Amino acid sequence: MTGGVRLARLAPPLTLAILLGPLAFGLAGTALPALGYLPELGGVSFTTAHFSALAEVPGIVRSAGLSILIGLVTTLVSLGAVAAFVASDLGTAGFARMRRMISPLLSVPHAAAAFGLAFLIAPSGMLMRLVSPWLTGYDRPPDLLIVNDPMALSMMAGLIVKEIPFLFLVTLAALPQTRHVETMRLGRSLGYGRIASFTFLLWPPLYRQVRLAVFAVVAYASSVIDVALILGPHLPPTLPVRLIDWMNDPDLETRFLASAGAVAQLGVTLAALIGWIGLERIGAALVRRARNCGHRMQRDRWLRAGARMVMIGSAVVVFGGIAVLALWSVSGLWQFPDALPANFSLRSWMQALPRMSGPLATTLAVAGLSTLIALVLTILCLEREYETGRGRGHGALILIYLPLIVPQISFMFGLQVLSIWLGVDASFPALVLAHLVFVLPYVFLSLSDPWRAHDRRHDLIAAGLGMSRTRTLIRIRMPMLTRAILTAAAVGFSVSVGQYLPTVLIGAGRLTTVTTEAVALAAGGNRRVIGVYAFMQTLLPFLAFAIATGLPGLVFRNRRGLRV
Amino acid sequence: MSDTQGLRLEGVHICLGDRVLVALDAHVGRGETLTVMGPSGSGKSTLLAYLGGFLDPAFTASGRVIVDGVDLTALEAEKRHAGILFQDPLLFPHLSVADNIAIAIPEDVHGRRQRRALAEEALEDAGLAEFGDRDPDTLSGGQKARVALQRVLASRPRLLLLDEPFSKLDANLREQTRQLVFDRARRAGLPVVLVTHDEDDARAAGGQVHKVDPA
Repeated sequence: MTGGVRLARLAPPLTLAILLGPLAFGLAGTALPALGYLPELGGVSFTTAHFSALAEVPGIVRSAGLSILIGLVTTLVSLGAVAAFVASDLGTAGFARMRRMISPLLSVPHAAAAFGLAFLIAPSGMLMRLVSPWLTGYDRPPDLLIVNDPMALSMMAGLIVKEIPFLFLVTLAALPQTRHVETMRLGRSLGYGRIASFTFLLWPPLYRQVRLAVFAVVAYASSVIDVALILGPHLPPTLPVRLIDWMNDPDLETRFLASAGAVAQLGVTLAALIGWIGLERIGAALVRRARNCGHRMQRDRWLRAGARMVMIGSAVVVFGGIAVLALWSVSGLWQFPDALPANFSLRSWMQALPRMSGPLATTLAVAGLSTLIALVLTILCLEREYETGRGRGHGALILIYLPLIVPQISFMFGLQVLSIWLGVDASFPALVLAHLVFVLPYVFLSLSDPWRAHDRRHDLIAAGLGMSRTRTLIRIRMPMLTRAILTAAAVGFSVSVGQYLPTVLIGAGRLTTVTTEAVALAAGGNRRVIGVYAFMQTLLPFLAFAIATGLPGLVFRNRRGLRV
Repeated sequence: MSDTQGLRLEGVHICLGDRVLVALDAHVGRGETLTVMGPSGSGKSTLLAYLGGFLDPAFTASGRVIVDGVDLTALEAEKRHAGILFQDPLLFPHLSVADNIAIAIPEDVHGRRQRRALAEEALEDAGLAEFGDRDPDTLSGGQKARVALQRVLASRPRLLLLDEPFSKLDANLREQTRQLVFDRARRAGLPVVLVTHDEDDARAAGGQVHKVDPA
């Protein structure tokens, strides 16, 4: 093959630079102040004093331990539910229904889902209203600490309902690479129940494929901020929340402490990952033992029902939460324990919209631009991979996952320091770049499978017709993959819309998005305004997915071969 | 041999919408083979899915499947003890060769050591005595086919379902494997249902032949 797309040569190194550059510089920019070096604040010599100071902070061990625990429990419950559900219903009509119900959940931003959950389960929340006063006897909200509970149960629940759709879709994407239909039949013909067939025969090869995504969930849950601000415990909060508090402290000296904490967060997430690998070992040993005994586990009905309940439950919680958010945003007077507002009003929207227009424009511009750049780079990388036949190895996959596994806070701190030093903080390009670090991996992961699965013979025919690679790419491959490209774009767009920490740190309070505004409202507790912002936050990715699903059908309405 | 022995198919009808794909009454004695022939897409694999308990809900089926007097029709797949050999050996890639067989051994054989010993015995019987700890992926096509056969036999099935199991083997290997499978099925006294489009398979099986019309 001669020629090729010339720009495609540049794409892989550029992509790697965008993924790894901010990571490396950011980690360095966090580590140096942690070790006392930050000339702007008078730190010119290296010291471990800030780590000693960190160790002295009251409750710091509990904060760190809580973060590790949240990482492990969230992942264990969501992965367990997904695996048990796939095991029990794979190949049934209910499975396809569940797929249609769960998929849209992926686009809901974490913060919106967390707000929705809070609005459902709070003492004055929807669930309590539905059972009061006729069942509970309450005519005012009970004095219970449900949201922000010290055990972080509500926070873990908020994370679990969002990680279930992610892990479910990742598992579904990996399934076609196994002989799952025959394997399950074979297992059952040997007398194994569905759960046993799946666990003993299908899960080991399947888990190998989704393992990096699972690691990303462990890392994310152990270092998340926005969900912790909304649902997490207060006394003490999880480690990332304390770091942000220190970062925003007017006493600039606290930055050294915050940086030391961000390095410690790296250790916390690493500890969570090591803990997870330990759980993997234990799980594998248990499975091996049961397998060696030949346990058939034919009576798995209760387990199957349980898995189905958790899956449906997560969808009901997220959808229900969003419905309650929407209801609050248009509610007038709404007293406890009324299940519905006494009257409806658009006042919250009318008041919020003028103030929201700036953040909304920033949200759309950053999401649009970062998604566009990510798409172009991804397509060129995949084209380069097609031309050279290289780059689809496990090593490349680890590099793509790296920004999703290293805790955001540990390198975003350093990037903020760096951006201030370069004078580009609160600048639009810097914000786009910061989002791109997280948008690019998701766009790549979303597009690479359909791209690689595309029938190469179309490219060969095009070459035979004398078309150049560039022309083939633009005239043949991209139109045929419109649906996959638009879906990847919608994924990238929703990832950008949902970004909290990079926006807060790089935007430096001057560039704000719908998400940062919404999370900032958490402390205030004005439900009507939160409802407006969180609903808007949900609406944007939803519209992106609606366009991605609807547009190809419209464009190709006369092309039966391109319908789903 | 009494009438309850072996496999009885009573008034089996499998339909897709209004179209009848398979209509079959048969009695297959122990060690005998019923060969179902037809072109691809004719629904002959659907019959195997029905017998194994995996019929896609898009199809409707009526009739009864009875093995040695036990009615399988309403049983779930995992309770039927219907052993299957597919076109591909489908050895589990994460298990050793011996564990591929051990996993098939019924639950009532207790103890890892005893299960392992049975698996080794089965391997020896297939002329693969030294292969127990090997990665199944390192076996030749013929060796894989033999392991798959030993695996299904180790599960002590009530009947054996063969879904064109020889079609992907090359010519001389096919002949050998065919002999081996029918020989072992006869020795184990299993009723066999073979689905194929290869006349040679039917001849080697030597039993009744049922032709399914092209769709």
